[in-house]
Amino acid sequence: MALRINISLTHTWAMTMDKNPHMRRHHDMGGMEAGPVDRAEHDYAPWEKRVDAILRLLSDPKRRILRVDELRRGIEDLGPGAYDELSYYERWIASISNMLIEKGVISIDELGRKMAEVEARHEAERAKGGTT
Amino acid sequence: MNEPRFPLGAAVQIRRAWPPGHVRAPWYLRGCSGSVCHIVGEFGNPEEMAYGRYDGTKLMLYRVRFRQSDVWPDYAGTPQDTLEVEVYENWLEPAQAEAAA
Repeated sequence: MALRINISLTHTWAMTMDKNPHMRRHHDMGGMEAGPVDRAEHDYAPWEKRVDAILRLLSDPKRRILRVDELRRGIEDLGPGAYDELSYYERWIASISNMLIEKGVISIDELGRKMAEVEARHEAERAKGGTT
Repeated sequence: MNEPRFPLGAAVQIRRAWPPGHVRAPWYLRGCSGSVCHIVGEFGNPEEMAYGRYDGTKLMLYRVRFRQSDVWPDYAGTPQDTLEVEVYENWLEPAQAEAAA
């Protein structure tokens, strides 16, 4: 029974693809209307540099925990909403986090607790009048 | 290096295929014809590596030159304008005769 359902689903899906040969994934936007390009340079925030460093360490030949191709796939899989709303390095860290969870390098629980801890630390610093 | 399937100057076409997942052939070029202008070399297949798989096999990467007017039906620039894109061999097939000029 399950097999039959599967086959018919695959068939329907293939037919749909056939009827929509121009199926385009959101990130694949070459040639689309995009408006003017902002060519202004900007400094990277310290956290952005840290994200860059994290990827380099994860992908270096010694560790090879994550390849840039996987990073890219993870960014594409964020979906249209997040893809447009997040900044460049926000997309990176979102993809890196998902990949590390998938690979079992970190657990969701571990990440959730750490994020709460960092947030609390920032709140405390802000309350003390520090600049964060 | 393995012998490239398409030599320099070969008329090639980007396959008309629309698989899901991480693909390395731009959507707007599928079905378009151009010619090989540079053989870049062999690399691991990024479409496999994107899923964490890498068995050491290499895939030829080509730089293909397209006439802009062949890519965009309403292209307003000069007929000499071209576009160069790097495409892996699995996405290329021999161009059909009409587009091989």
